[in-house]
Amino acid sequence: MRSARRPALGAMLLALILAAVLIGPAVWSAAPGAMDLGARNAAPDWAHPLGRDQLGRDFLARLLTGGRISLAVAAAAALMGTVIGAAVGAAAGMSRRLDAPLMWLTDIFLCVPLLPLLLIAATLFRAPLAAALGPQMGVFALVTVAIGASSWMGTARILRAEVRSVMQRDFIAAARLAGRRPAGMIAHHVLPNVAASLSVSASLAAASAILTESALSFLGLGFPPDLPTWGRLIFEGTPQLGQYPGRALWPGALITLSAVGIMALGDTLRDLAGPK
Amino acid sequence: MRPPFLRRLLMVVSTLLVVSGLVFLLLDLAPGDPMSQLPPSIPEDVRAEMRSALGLDQPAPERYARWLWQMLVVEPAIAADALLDTDLAAGAPRILSWQTRAPVMSLIAQRLPQTLVVVGLAYLLGTFGAIALSIGSAARRGRTLDRAGTGLAAMGHALPPFFTAAVLIYVFAIRLEWLPTTYDTTLAVTGWDSAAVQIRQMILPVAVLSLQTLAQTVRYSRAAMLDALAQDYILTARAKGLGARRVLLGHALRNSWVPVLTVAALGAPQVFAGAIVTEQIFGVNGIGQLLIQSLQAGDLPTVQTVTMLIAVLIVLANLGADVLIARIDPRTAHA
Repeated sequence: MRSARRPALGAMLLALILAAVLIGPAVWSAAPGAMDLGARNAAPDWAHPLGRDQLGRDFLARLLTGGRISLAVAAAAALMGTVIGAAVGAAAGMSRRLDAPLMWLTDIFLCVPLLPLLLIAATLFRAPLAAALGPQMGVFALVTVAIGASSWMGTARILRAEVRSVMQRDFIAAARLAGRRPAGMIAHHVLPNVAASLSVSASLAAASAILTESALSFLGLGFPPDLPTWGRLIFEGTPQLGQYPGRALWPGALITLSAVGIMALGDTLRDLAGPK
Repeated sequence: MRPPFLRRLLMVVSTLLVVSGLVFLLLDLAPGDPMSQLPPSIPEDVRAEMRSALGLDQPAPERYARWLWQMLVVEPAIAADALLDTDLAAGAPRILSWQTRAPVMSLIAQRLPQTLVVVGLAYLLGTFGAIALSIGSAARRGRTLDRAGTGLAAMGHALPPFFTAAVLIYVFAIRLEWLPTTYDTTLAVTGWDSAAVQIRQMILPVAVLSLQTLAQTVRYSRAAMLDALAQDYILTARAKGLGARRVLLGHALRNSWVPVLTVAALGAPQVFAGAIVTEQIFGVNGIGQLLIQSLQAGDLPTVQTVTMLIAVLIVLANLGADVLIARIDPRTAHA
């Protein structure tokens, strides 16, 4: 009973945040970029429930828009990391020849100091990508690809172990006898059987992608100032923690709650797939 | 030499080579030009001279090899010279920061102690805190301590340092005014009073980082402890009349160290990432801050070397964990 209730709470939490972020900006029509320099740092009132920031922008609107970007980056990066990780893990699990080198590569990447590398990439490739794809798409692509390319190792390890154990089952031998090609084998026999662990590790990847994006933005090396993300809002809010604690605490709480919600969703998926 | 040791060594060397290659490639492939910040009025021939002074006119493989050689041979030789009063380096060119023209290693030497103290303390507090919490959890299932452990475990990776730092600063530094909000880097510890100030200003950074480590570790240490308690040898220990304390601390705990150490080692990159963020928030002048500052200034040699150093520290943490695990559980050494 207890384990069934707790994860459902997490899923509801996540659904609530998602709904607020997706529908919120449509309902709450204040423009996140509209400045009103006369009302800088205005206290909360009915028109602006969370007050205004140092440039007189409505903070609630910025919070909601920021969530869209943070969650979009997390989803895209997690998708990319999971696809790479699943490919590496499945290849290592199915082929004896590829197993050793791929796992060697995975172990190496687990020791790589990722944040410094991400910081380097974010600093050096920002200008050219912004020139090629536009300032917003450029940074979005940069951050997403960088996080995705550096978060596949966990998935690869888990998937390799799972695929290994699936490959020893009888129905694989039967499929092989029936003349299934490797591609068909993966699609019809292996993937459905590892879907549970894949979704768990995808949710873990999404949770850590939110945190990584926030860390990048927090260090001032993520999205540009006119594009609010939760990490960026904390970065702007931390120096004013004394006067306006909400500026840093609201986005921080939302980041933490989203990550907790996503991880709880992962737990739910695992429980649904195979209770241990 | 036993084969596992050789395999370990090969792994260490290849990891560091891959990291150094990745760092160098990233910096080399980046389309930016380190000279682009200079005023356009500089004549072309002066510009070319400056490029060759920075070593930029050589082909990439040569620059990579030179950097590796400097880092692996020249800098250790200079360190040995300073320690042992020898003359191994013999005036070989060192890695110089483009920003300050000082050797990168002396910049790092100024910054590393602060980072190592904060990271090391946080590592110890986080890991031992997690162990203590899971012993408490295992001893009294369902009590307050167990609840706290489960709650922290559920938070797991979702306690980002930039959020916990904001909360802790707000509560302890701004509301209660118990602790300073930022780290005073000019403070020199000369007596008991300044030592007390130093300890006070270290509490928040260490707390933020150890909370992160604690939450990540307790997820696994609690499970490992409960797992160990369900084993047959625990039943045997109880059957032969050992007290609850002996069973818990002597038999269950020893076996739950193995997964805890594995997780602690795997978490090393996150701890150093957390250290970069934490140093930035509190203004600790560690290597994380050095990295950010030199990135913003386009000081590539410093960026390369600091990143490599962090990689070396992570690899060392992994190696240390492996050695400890092999001592705790001899089976793993022969596997």
